[in-house]
Amino acid sequence: MSSSALNEKYNYDVVRLFTLATVFWGIVGFLAGIFIAAQMVFPDLNIEPYLSFGRLRPVHTSAVIFAFGGNALFATSYFIVQRTCGVRLWSDKLAMFTFWGYQFFIVLAALGYVLGVTQSKEYAEPEWYADLWLTIVWVAYLVVYLMTCIKRKESHLYVANWFYLSFIITVAVLHLGNNISIPVSLTDAKSYSAFAGVQSAMIQWWYGHNAVGFFLTAGFLGMMYYFIPKQANRPVYSYRLSIVHFWSLIFIYIWAGPHHLHYTSLPDWAQTLGMTFSIMLWMPSWGGMINGVMTLSGAWHKLREDPIIQFMIIALAFYGMSTFEGPLMSIRAVNSLSHYTDWTIGHVHSGALGWVGFISFGALYYMVPHLWGRDKMYSTKLISIHLWVATLGIVCYITAMWVSGIMQGLMWRSYNDMGFLEYSFVETVMAMKPFYAIRVLGGVLYLAGALVMVYNIYKTIRGDVNQKEQNLQAQGAAA
Amino acid sequence: MKWMKHDKLERNSLLLSGFIIVTVLIGGIVEIVPLFRQETVIEPVEGVRPYTPLELAGYNIYVREGCYNCHSQQIRPLRDEVVRYGHYSLAAESMYDHPFQWGSKRTGPDLARVGGKYSDEWQVAHLKEPRDLVPESIMPSYEFLLHRAAKLHDIHNHMKSLAAVGVPYGEEHIKMARKDATAQAIGEARTDTSGLQERYGDNVNARDFDGNPSMISEMDALVAYLQVLGTMVDFEAAKNVEGNE
Repeated sequence: MSSSALNEKYNYDVVRLFTLATVFWGIVGFLAGIFIAAQMVFPDLNIEPYLSFGRLRPVHTSAVIFAFGGNALFATSYFIVQRTCGVRLWSDKLAMFTFWGYQFFIVLAALGYVLGVTQSKEYAEPEWYADLWLTIVWVAYLVVYLMTCIKRKESHLYVANWFYLSFIITVAVLHLGNNISIPVSLTDAKSYSAFAGVQSAMIQWWYGHNAVGFFLTAGFLGMMYYFIPKQANRPVYSYRLSIVHFWSLIFIYIWAGPHHLHYTSLPDWAQTLGMTFSIMLWMPSWGGMINGVMTLSGAWHKLREDPIIQFMIIALAFYGMSTFEGPLMSIRAVNSLSHYTDWTIGHVHSGALGWVGFISFGALYYMVPHLWGRDKMYSTKLISIHLWVATLGIVCYITAMWVSGIMQGLMWRSYNDMGFLEYSFVETVMAMKPFYAIRVLGGVLYLAGALVMVYNIYKTIRGDVNQKEQNLQAQGAAA
Repeated sequence: MKWMKHDKLERNSLLLSGFIIVTVLIGGIVEIVPLFRQETVIEPVEGVRPYTPLELAGYNIYVREGCYNCHSQQIRPLRDEVVRYGHYSLAAESMYDHPFQWGSKRTGPDLARVGGKYSDEWQVAHLKEPRDLVPESIMPSYEFLLHRAAKLHDIHNHMKSLAAVGVPYGEEHIKMARKDATAQAIGEARTDTSGLQERYGDNVNARDFDGNPSMISEMDALVAYLQVLGTMVDFEAAKNVEGNE
C-alpha cells in the first residue's frame, strides 16, 4: 500500500505529532538532567529560587518519564493499535485532544515545579489541578485505545496491545489512588494529601514503583513486542511465554512497592511482602527479555548488520540487567547499603537510559520512515553513531553511580579503631565529586547521541537522500 | 490444550481489561488496606503534636523548595544511623505529615532529628550560604527566604484542610492561627506566648528565629520547622520508663 493510501486508512497525523513531541521532550529532559547533574559538581549553577536543584529535579524526572516516555508511549500505542487491529483510531478528534491535552499537562506541571508548586511525592509532584486535567486526558486515551481495540478487524488482540492496555488501565488506578488530596481552596494551587506518615509512604511507593512497572515497563514491553518482530521480520519467539510473563508480571509488580521502605517505620510484614515479590519479579521480567531476544532466532545476522535491531537488543540487555539488579537491591541486607545512595540513581538510569531510551530510539527509527513515507532513515551510519555514543554515555553514567553509591554507603557505616564513625557526612559528599563529574560526561554523551538522531530524523522527514550511503550500497550490490 | 482458553481474553478486549483490573488490584489491597487499622501500625507515643501554624508554614516551604529530593527524614534502626543521627524514627513522628517527608536519597544528611542540633544562627547562616559554614557543601543557597514574608494570612485555611484529613486541629487552633504564628516568631521574650503554649505545649520554641525582628520571614518559618524536627518525643524519658520496667 502506498503511503498516502495508508494515510487514509490509518490516522497517522496524531502519531506524527506524538513522534515529534517525543523527540522534542527527550532533548529537553536530557538537557535538564545534565544541568542538575552539573549543579551537583558546581553548586553555583543553582539559580535560586526558580532554578535550584530542589525545584529542577522534578522537571528532569517528569520531562524524561512523562514527557519523553509518555509521548513515546502515545505515539507507538496509536501506531501499533491501528496496525495490529487493522482499523483507524476510533475518533480522530478525541485522539487529537489527547495530544494537545497531554502537552498542556506537561507544561502545566513543569511551570508548577519551577514556581514551587509540588505535592512533594516523587513522580507524582503535580498539584491537584494538573492531576484533574491529566485524569480527563487519560480517560480520553483509554476510550480511544479501547474502542479501537473493540472495533478491530483482526480476530485476536495482538500481545503488544495487552501490555499497552495494562499500562493505561493501571496508571489510571495508580494516579487516582495516590493523588487523593484536599485543596486549600479552589483558587489555591496547594493541597494536602489525604494520607499521612506511614500510609502516605506506602501509597506513594505503591504508586512510585508501579509508575516504573507499568509506565516504564509494561508500556515499553508493548513497544518491544511489536517493533522487534517487525524489524527482525520474525514472529515472536514464544506465544506461551508471552501469556505467562504478561500475567505474572502485572500481578507481581504491584506488590513490590514496599522495597522502597526497608527499615523504615512501615510495618515489617509489608516490607517482607515487598521484598519477596520483588525477588519473584525477576522471573517474569526475564521472561520478557528472553522472548524479545530469542525472537531473533534464525535471524541473528541482523544483530550484526542492523543498528536499529542493535538498539532494541541492547535495550533488552539493559532491561535484563536492571531487572536483575532491582530484585538484588530489594533484599533487605543489600538495601541497607544501597538505599539513600547513588546506587539507586544508577539503577534507575540503567533502566531509563538503557531500556526505556533505547527501545524508544529503536521504535522512532522504525516509525519515522513509515510515518513520512520514506524507504528508510536518511543515514544508517548515523544510527550506528548514535548507538555507540549513547551506549558509552550510559556506561559512564552507571559505573560512576555504582562506585559512588557503594562507596558512600560503605563510608557512612565505617568505624575507626576507637569505635566512632570514621567519616563526617560532608567527607562523603567530597568523595562523590569525581563521580558526579563523570556522570555529567555520561549525560552529555547521551544527549550528543540524541542530537545525532534529531539530525537524522530531520533529514529523513525532509526527504533528503544520502547519496554516499546509496552509492556504497549500490557498489555492495554490484560486488 | 489449556492455553487455548486464553483465546477468550484475546478475542474480548473488555473481558481482558476486566481481568487486568482485578489482577493489579490484589497486591495493592493486601498491602495498603491493613495499614488503615492504625492501632497495629502506629504505636502511640507521648509528645507528638501537630505543627504550630509557623512550623506548618515552614513545612510548606520545605516541600516547595523540594528539600526532600536530597534530605531524608527517616532514621533506620541501623547502628551507624543511630550513632550519626539519633534514635531511629517512629511511625508516630510523621503521623501528621500530609504527605510524609521520609525522602529516598541522602545527597545531604538525614534531617529527622535535626531540631535543636544546631543554633538558629547556624541554621540561618547555613541556609543563607551553605559554603560559608561547610566549604565542601553542594547545597543551593536560600538567602531569598530572609527577604520574603512568610505566607501566614491564610494559614488557618491550610489548617482547616488538614483538620479535614484528620489532623487534630480544633476550632481554637484554627481561630488563633495567625496570632499563634506571630507570637511564636516574636518570641517569649517580647510577647505573650501563653495561648500558643496552651495549645501546642510548654516546650514550643518561641523566639525570633532569623534574627530580624522587623519581619516574620520565610526563614523564620523554615527554621522553626527544622528546629522542631525529631524533638517532640522525649527519648530520655522513654528510656527511663523502659529501664524501670
